[in-house]
Amino acid sequence: MQGEVFEALKGLAPTLGGEGAEIADLQRLSGGASMETWAFALVGGRGREELILRRRSGPFDPEAARSVSLEVEAALITAASAVGAPVAPLVHLARPQDGLGEAHITRRISGETLGRKIVSDPRFDAVRPGLARQCGAILAQIHSATPPAGLKTVDALEELARYEEVYRNSGAERPILELAFQHLKKHPPPPRPAVLLHGDFRNGNLMVDPEQGVAAVLDWELSHMGDPAEDLGWICVNSWRFGRSDRPVGGFGEYRDLLDGYVAAGGEEIPLSRVLYWQALGSLKWGVMCLMMYASYANGTEVSVERPMIGRRVSETEIDLVTLLENGL
Amino acid sequence: MIDHPRAEELLDAVAGWIDCVRSELNPRDAFLARVAANALSVVRRELLQGGAAEAAATQRLSELLGRDGSLPELNADLCARLREGAMDRDTPGLLAALKANIVEQIAIDQPNYAPEPGRLA
Repeated sequence: MQGEVFEALKGLAPTLGGEGAEIADLQRLSGGASMETWAFALVGGRGREELILRRRSGPFDPEAARSVSLEVEAALITAASAVGAPVAPLVHLARPQDGLGEAHITRRISGETLGRKIVSDPRFDAVRPGLARQCGAILAQIHSATPPAGLKTVDALEELARYEEVYRNSGAERPILELAFQHLKKHPPPPRPAVLLHGDFRNGNLMVDPEQGVAAVLDWELSHMGDPAEDLGWICVNSWRFGRSDRPVGGFGEYRDLLDGYVAAGGEEIPLSRVLYWQALGSLKWGVMCLMMYASYANGTEVSVERPMIGRRVSETEIDLVTLLENGL
Repeated sequence: MIDHPRAEELLDAVAGWIDCVRSELNPRDAFLARVAANALSVVRRELLQGGAAEAAATQRLSELLGRDGSLPELNADLCARLREGAMDRDTPGLLAALKANIVEQIAIDQPNYAPEPGRLA
């Protein structure tokens, strides 16, 4: 596969970097069954540029998929960039004649994405106190962006219905998840106009630089239209605080800073209760996802030891949910 | 007295072996070896704490629901009552029982997990 990708990039190099430009240091970074990520350098007249190729290896079914196409992802990156949100800028959206299939190329931004390091490594001590406020400001920017066509709109009750169906079909009987579903269905936040959401804005999808803080927001594939508090609540889910449950925003900051940063950058005032609602919905979603990863082992689809062990993470979402309910959610 | 290897000793032996070979593995397998070692730790804690936790959970649900039964029966009954709205967050004793049960479960699954802080009184 490496050869095939290299040849396609070599053919594309003059388009990207001018006559005589070459491809160097192609390296596969990660990839699931359907998506590949490659790092490479473009070496040409402008010197050396570090780039990232994202490429879909399997077929894409827009009806069934939760994620957006790479073409829409490219449009999202451009739209977010246009309102000043930090992203890895789009360099090229693959055309049919490029031979890469469904793919796009962005610049490679340096920094750290590992949540545990961001919350605890002394290298980030200087920027850490400002991250929550910065995240609020970035979300206000994203939420003000003009959405590309074709995004799905999802509100709290629709999201709950979708995950409750998955939970019911799993056959699991977990009282705390059951209570959380019923409670959240009974107390949805008042409706409000949908805005463009990142959809997976959490510690782990942020490229953090030890000097400038958040340097880029990554992984736009779950973007959709919805309640701004969905994005604000998702980064507060305890499962991405990496042991620092005392710092509710991503394990690095406070709710107040997140919400102040949001308003200071032009976002609406959003009550903390609405953020906590979506945080709880986020824990519930993650709990159901953990159950499904176990289910994929139990039914023989996956054999890795990782899958059943993720099933033992359902209880972390349950203890968080019952505590949020005790706290007055 | 040496009788026969207890279950915990077998777990220790396998965990020790995983530790020995881990450094020789490629990154993906080294990661999975760590997951496997964690899985053995869960099994060890479940062997030691699982029985008492299950008995306590059965007792709590029995008191909450006002009936006897096995843990799976009581659990199914509780889920049905929650689903039908016969019980909800404000049902006296519900959150306390669920909290006590899940505290014992997380002590088996992930004893180092730092849960959502309770609101300070």
